[in-house]
Amino acid sequence: MEAILKVEDINVYYGSIHAIKGVSFEVAKGEIVTLIGANGAGKSTTLNTVAGLLRSKTGSVTFRGEDLGKVPPHKMVAKGLAMVPEGRRVFLQMTTQENLEMGAYTQKGKPSETDLEMVYEQFPRLKERRKQVAGTLSGGEQQMLAMGRALMSHPQLLMLDEPSMGLAPILVEQIFEIIQKLHKNGTTILLVEQNAQAALSVADRGYVLETGKVVTSGSGEELLASPAIKKAYLGG
Amino acid sequence: MNFLNFLISGISLGSIYAIIALGYTMVYGIAKMLNFAHGDVIMVGAYICFFAASSFGLPPALGILAAIAVCTVLGMVVERLAYKPLRQAPSLAVLITAIGVSYFLQNSALLLWSSTPKMFPAFFVLKETAADGKETVRNSLQLFDGRLTISFVTIVTIVTCLVIMAGLTMFISHTKMGKAMRACSEDKGAAQLMGINVDGTISMTFAIGSGLAAVAGVLLCSAYPTLVPTTGSMPGIKAFTAAVFGGIGSIPGAFLGGLLLGVIETFAKAYISMQLSDAIVFAVLIIVLLVKPAGLLGRQIREKV
Repeated sequence: MEAILKVEDINVYYGSIHAIKGVSFEVAKGEIVTLIGANGAGKSTTLNTVAGLLRSKTGSVTFRGEDLGKVPPHKMVAKGLAMVPEGRRVFLQMTTQENLEMGAYTQKGKPSETDLEMVYEQFPRLKERRKQVAGTLSGGEQQMLAMGRALMSHPQLLMLDEPSMGLAPILVEQIFEIIQKLHKNGTTILLVEQNAQAALSVADRGYVLETGKVVTSGSGEELLASPAIKKAYLGG
Repeated sequence: MNFLNFLISGISLGSIYAIIALGYTMVYGIAKMLNFAHGDVIMVGAYICFFAASSFGLPPALGILAAIAVCTVLGMVVERLAYKPLRQAPSLAVLITAIGVSYFLQNSALLLWSSTPKMFPAFFVLKETAADGKETVRNSLQLFDGRLTISFVTIVTIVTCLVIMAGLTMFISHTKMGKAMRACSEDKGAAQLMGINVDGTISMTFAIGSGLAAVAGVLLCSAYPTLVPTTGSMPGIKAFTAAVFGGIGSIPGAFLGGLLLGVIETFAKAYISMQLSDAIVFAVLIIVLLVKPAGLLGRQIREKV
């Protein structure tokens, strides 16, 4: 299958700290690919580099055949890349609907009603709370809002950074159900998760990161079954 | 009737403070910095309008437009040259830079236009030609057999302030650009992920704030016609106080803070002491901040994690 995102040999530094050491991976159209690993392994750093918030010193990030190395972060959406950042980062003082409208910011004119309806259909809870200020939503609802907001731009690739963080187990389950539903509808997803079990069970393929390097990769099932992964990330 | 006179002139002065305070509060809300050079933009606006009217003989409306245009550009240029390179710098560095820009503008004005006061022309007057061909110039409205005098400047100032407030509120809450500004003010990183050009938005905020400063400059000098290079600094500081008073970052707060400050100042001058009026204004500010540290309409930021 054709790779929609190709990350080749990126090296990212925080000052003198070498955080990402030659990471390469690919995402094909229609896939869910997950990056898993412990805290500090460099998952979010990798994602932020793809989004243009951080820059790699070497290598390249290619998205649909175009090098993203010099594209400023605010031009990524228009290219078809949307990111749901860690910690959701919804606009707390704006209403649910206004948050969704911001997701469609790069589209000309007003956000289309059909797009809003599409998101509300995916997340009926958001429709009930459309006029409510996002700061009053629960953590799970805010996560749904952050995902809905990203979907408003019709992304070619949806990047999710720790969508399950800080959510109750029942909500985690709901979020992963939504991820699977999006996958079925054809959305390509790059998922960064600490919850390796959940991430691998929905992913087509996974990459395991350890201190800034890819140590293993394989299909979701393979990684789930692998004894080394079980031991390191899935609690034996 | 005196009371009413004082109240109206207080509201008028407060309207000017409110227009200036809007510039402070918008820039603070979005760029998270205190632009202490804002007061001096007022002065530049007033000078531009003065020269447009007196040296080039342009009609007042064109003079005001010229002032708005020059100040808008000035605001954007100052932001681009002085503040943008410091976006990642500690806020203290930005603050000191802003004070530096303020002195730079004041001294440039001193060099260009000298310290000799200019008498700002009276724009808001009504010319009446009586039946015998004699022209009389009126600059105020007499009500209740002359017991209540409202100058035209006062009326224009209050109306302008209301129009600006209404327009800006509409802009911020309903337009795409306005919503993008709110998004930037909350979370620049997330705004960027939405495709919002944060630098462009900050530049736009400076443009709007500085354009408003030009309007404030013309109104200020129409009410108090002595124009010198330091004309903007005291009203600038008062308006900053008003913005903090109302809750910095809040647009209705700037309006309320400006009006209250103007009224308190005028009453203090009228009923207590001319010399003590500023002390009283600032004492009220201190008391308000002791009770409500975020200002009257300021939000106490409480975040859900």
